[in-house]
Amino acid sequence: MPNFQPLLFPVSDATITYKPGKQPHPREFRLIFKNVDRVGWDTSIQRYLQDGGYEQLKTALAMAPGAVTDEVKKSGLRGRGGAGFPTGVKWGFIPPNNTKPVYLICNADESEPGTFKDRYILHQDPHQLIEGMVISCYAVGAHTAYIYIREEFPEAAITMERAIAEAREANFVGNNVLGSGFDLEIFVHRGAGAYICGEETGLIESLEGKRPYPRIKPPYFPAALGLYMAPTIVNNVESLCHVKHIIQMGGDEYAKLGVARNTGTRILCVSGDVKHPGYYEVEVGKLTMGELLNDVCGGPKDGRSFKAVIPGGSSSKILRCDESFKLKNPDGSDRQIGFFDIQMDFDTLAACGSMAGSGGVIVLDDSRKISWVLNNINHFYAHESCGQCTPCREGSMWMKKISDRIVTGDASPEDIDTLESVAYQIDGRTICAFGEASSWPVEAIIAKFRDELLAETSPARRDSPHNPEAAEQRRFLEESNA
Amino acid sequence: MSLSPLDASVASPETPGSKFFPAFAPSAELEAEAVQRIDQFPEANQRSAVLPLLHFIQHHHGFISAVAIDWVAARLSLTPIKVLEVVTFYPGFRQSAPGEFHIRVCRTLSCAMAGSYELMDKLCELTGIDRSHSDSHHHPVAVSPCGKFSVEFAECLASCGTGPVCLVNDDFHDAISADKAEELLASCAQSTPGH
Repeated sequence: MPNFQPLLFPVSDATITYKPGKQPHPREFRLIFKNVDRVGWDTSIQRYLQDGGYEQLKTALAMAPGAVTDEVKKSGLRGRGGAGFPTGVKWGFIPPNNTKPVYLICNADESEPGTFKDRYILHQDPHQLIEGMVISCYAVGAHTAYIYIREEFPEAAITMERAIAEAREANFVGNNVLGSGFDLEIFVHRGAGAYICGEETGLIESLEGKRPYPRIKPPYFPAALGLYMAPTIVNNVESLCHVKHIIQMGGDEYAKLGVARNTGTRILCVSGDVKHPGYYEVEVGKLTMGELLNDVCGGPKDGRSFKAVIPGGSSSKILRCDESFKLKNPDGSDRQIGFFDIQMDFDTLAACGSMAGSGGVIVLDDSRKISWVLNNINHFYAHESCGQCTPCREGSMWMKKISDRIVTGDASPEDIDTLESVAYQIDGRTICAFGEASSWPVEAIIAKFRDELLAETSPARRDSPHNPEAAEQRRFLEESNA
Repeated sequence: MSLSPLDASVASPETPGSKFFPAFAPSAELEAEAVQRIDQFPEANQRSAVLPLLHFIQHHHGFISAVAIDWVAARLSLTPIKVLEVVTFYPGFRQSAPGEFHIRVCRTLSCAMAGSYELMDKLCELTGIDRSHSDSHHHPVAVSPCGKFSVEFAECLASCGTGPVCLVNDDFHDAISADKAEELLASCAQSTPGH
């Protein structure tokens, strides 16, 4: 049974006031977003220092680098970019006998549809990210770090560059940071509008000045063969910010936030058909889907009811609101839970056949046609496939073409089977996870809404060619056979 | 006369927006930017400066011309194809001039649910832009006859909770429903383009 313990810390700091209409919900726990929408807050280093900024950096520099990594391991922090891989464990993958320079890259290419958390950190609290990065660089022994920021955040790139200059002035960055003997330079690098650059090896290729074709793993695990073939740690913006708070609280204390194996807080970004969409920082797993949608987000729009939810960015598998799931209890017994009882943590969402991903929750109500939703998603992936692997390049395009037909009423019932088979031929057959990202939404929507999709098809379309070339080809074949 | 595929790949056809952008020419500022950006990367890895230099050029000249590609390639000791392949891959780079105010409307799911297609239609109607020849891959940008505006569908701009959203040059605007399109265009008329 979900066990809701009383919160260990106050939900929000009573000394902080937020802008009108931006007050955190009482169920929120603001750690990373403490300063977002805060009255009297700005991006200057003076303001950050007034609030006790860079104190955790001083604490960390007094520790051995390995001890910092140990705290992060103890905290149980799992990456907030999508895969949910333990951050401390990732840091431990740098080969022990390494003699090459180590790089740290902050992945600020936030581009998973439905996700909009890093935007606010980059625009409103740049020094929190810098402090987290300097501590992380110290832990992994990196003397050069890059913030790979998506091109669509031009203002954030300026804000971050200014903040880095301020931090360098105050010797939080640069040579001999605060007299510790540790040197670090941080640079901002802007992407150019490609979703695939959020994939860590694609990002590295892009940072090397190339097309961002992802590299195959093995052998190209970034921690061993990353940027310029040197060990490279790639972490999400939110993950790096958490490192500062882990040092502040201690790894063991931090691990008490959230639930077992799903520790800390995370920012859930809710968009779509709810009364109050927005960002909500909550303890991981302390909120159920029902509490998130009905209590925190105010429920469905008037006169509407919830139909389905995409729980972790558009790549995650869709969940129907009338579904129930069979989960394993820790003692090995089974339990049945309904959609609204799903705990919003990595493991529960995975057990329900989807994923917590990047925290982007997209809500659909009963006014939405599922074929339209599917087609919108297919257009995204067809546009963003990098084209390196054939199944993905061709498959994403064909999935788009088939869903175009469904939307315009030109599809036959067999098209749904074809669409499904195309998706399963991409999944697992590509270099990077984009193959899964593009095919999972299709697989899940067909599995869960097949009847609704079939209702939009017509057997009469079975024999009609879909375009002039197909008509021409058919004429040619018929003539050849005649 | 039609261009060979090779020539077409680096051609920058004139658009009504061309008059708003100075033709590419090397400048002291560009050279200073190159020195600074190359310095951000370890020696022998100056190729990494490709994206920053292309951004700088596009910011000042509106798009990346064949001459600009040659300049960047020479400056970074690369063959021009290494630069061209980057320009043609990334949706953020253009090879012909947009309008003075380039509007990128988010097309992806949450914004589409909030009405971004309606916003796009309204913007086209108000500016006289014809998107019928646009496609998401090769001709994403459509320019108004006067050259003052251009539109493009962008994929997820990462502000899904406040859709529909758009970028006008480097300025971000959220909650721009179709009925606010006129206001948005009017605000452009009163501002400097800032590209």
